[in-house]
Amino acid sequence: MTISDIQTRDYSLTGDNTRRAVETGLASAQWYHTDVPRKVMKELMQRRDGPAVRDTIIWLGLLAASGAGGAYFWGTWICVPFFFVYGVLYGSVCDSRWHECGHGTAFRTRWMNDVVYQLASFMVFRNPVSWRWSHARHHTDTVIVGRDPEIAFMRPPNLVEGLLHYVGLLDVMASFGAMVRNACGTLTSSEKSYIPESEWSKAITAARIHMAIYLAAAIASLLMWSILPMMLVGLPRFYGCWHMFMTGLLQHGGLAEDVVDHRLNSRTVYMNPISRWIYWNMNYHVEHHMFPMVPYHALPRLHALIKDDLPEPNPSIWHAYVEMVRVLLRQRSDPEYYLRRTLPETARPYREEFHVDDAVPAASSIA
Amino acid sequence: MPWIRACEADDIDAEDVIRFDYNDHTYALYRSPDDQYFATDGLCTHENVHLCDGLVMDNIIECPKHNGRFDYTTGAARGAPACIALKTYNVKVEGNFVMIEID
Repeated sequence: MTISDIQTRDYSLTGDNTRRAVETGLASAQWYHTDVPRKVMKELMQRRDGPAVRDTIIWLGLLAASGAGGAYFWGTWICVPFFFVYGVLYGSVCDSRWHECGHGTAFRTRWMNDVVYQLASFMVFRNPVSWRWSHARHHTDTVIVGRDPEIAFMRPPNLVEGLLHYVGLLDVMASFGAMVRNACGTLTSSEKSYIPESEWSKAITAARIHMAIYLAAAIASLLMWSILPMMLVGLPRFYGCWHMFMTGLLQHGGLAEDVVDHRLNSRTVYMNPISRWIYWNMNYHVEHHMFPMVPYHALPRLHALIKDDLPEPNPSIWHAYVEMVRVLLRQRSDPEYYLRRTLPETARPYREEFHVDDAVPAASSIA
Repeated sequence: MPWIRACEADDIDAEDVIRFDYNDHTYALYRSPDDQYFATDGLCTHENVHLCDGLVMDNIIECPKHNGRFDYTTGAARGAPACIALKTYNVKVEGNFVMIEID
C-alpha cells in the first residue's frame, strides 16, 4: 500500500464519525480524573489577579517597547531584533492569553479576563465568540474524531502542512476566510454545530469589528506607502507565531484518538522559563485538560501533586519533538499507529472502556 | 412538596458546594460566604457535568469543565458557555440539618 492509497479519516463535525462518536458514547463522555482531595483542589482553583496583572503589564510593556524600537529603526537592520521580539509577543503570546482568559481563569476579576480575551482574540486572528465555543467542545471531546474542532494533526498527517503552521499560513488563511464569511453574516454548518443559535449574531458582530480594524491597518499602509503599520498590526501573526506552534503542536500530536483518558491523548513537557512564560504554563497539558479550572499559575503545583499518576513528562521541547515526529512519520503509512506511553507503577491504569482500537499496535515510550 | 433532609449544616464549608443525590436526581447544595444555604440542579445546563466539583466565588458557581457560570442564588446563567438557567430549590435549616424542598 502506498501513502497515496491511505484514506484520510473524516474529521468533519457533521459526518459519519460524528454520528459514531455519539452512538458509542465517546461524545460528552465521563473522563478519567486523578483523585485530588476536594479541599486541595478548591485551593488550587482559587483565582488571583496578581500573577496575571504582573504578566500582562510585562507583556504590554515589552510589546510597546519592542514595537517602538522596530518602528524607530525601521529601514535599518537594527529593527530586525526588535521585530523578532515584537513578533513573538504579538503572534505567540496572544494565543496563551486568549486561551487562559477564554477559560476565565487568568484573573479573578471578570472584566480583566474579558478585556484581555478580546485583545488577544484580535491579535491571534480568532473570532472571540465562535472560538470560545470551539474550545469548549475541544475540552468536552478532546481529540474525539468528528467532534473536536481543534485537532492539529489529522491522520495520516501532512508534515508539509505542519511546517507551514510555523509561519501561520494555513491557520491564518482559514481564520481569515472564516472571519470574512462571518463578517458577511454566514456561519458554516460546523460552526453552527458547536455555537448556540443565540450567539450567532455576536459572532458576526465580532468578525465585523475585527475586519474593520485590519482594514484600517491596510489603508494606513497604503496611505503611508509603507508596510510598517501592518508590521505592527496583523503581520506579526505570521512572522511571530512560530513559538505558538512550536509548543502547541506538542499538546496532542502523535497521541491517541477516541479515548477518554487525557493521559493517553495529551502531553506534558518540561520547558524553559521563557517558553513557559510565553505559553503561560500550558506545557502542563495533561493537567490542564484534567482540571481546566486550575489557573495557569497553579499548574506547576498541580503537576507536583498528581505526577505519579501521569506518564513521565518529556524532559525538553526537543525530546518531545523527536518523540512526536517519529510517530507522525510512521502514521503517514500507518494511520492507526499512535504513541502509548508507559505509566509509572504508582499510577492507576489507563481508562480503556471507550478505547475502540485496542488491537492497534502502539509505540512504547521513547527513552 | 416534601422537604428532604439533605445533610448537616457543617457538611458544607462556607463558600463551597456539595452533591446530594435523591430519587435518581442529583442536586448541588451551596453555602454562601455569609452562611446562607441554596440548592440547584446538580448538573451544568451546558454539558452533563457535576457542579459539585466546581468553584464557588461569592454567589457564583463555576462549572469545572468549561467554566460556565451561574448565580446559584437565582439559577441565572452568568457566563458562556452556560446559557440556560439552573433550576433552583427552596432550602431551609432546621436544627442542624439542611432541608431541601423537592418537587
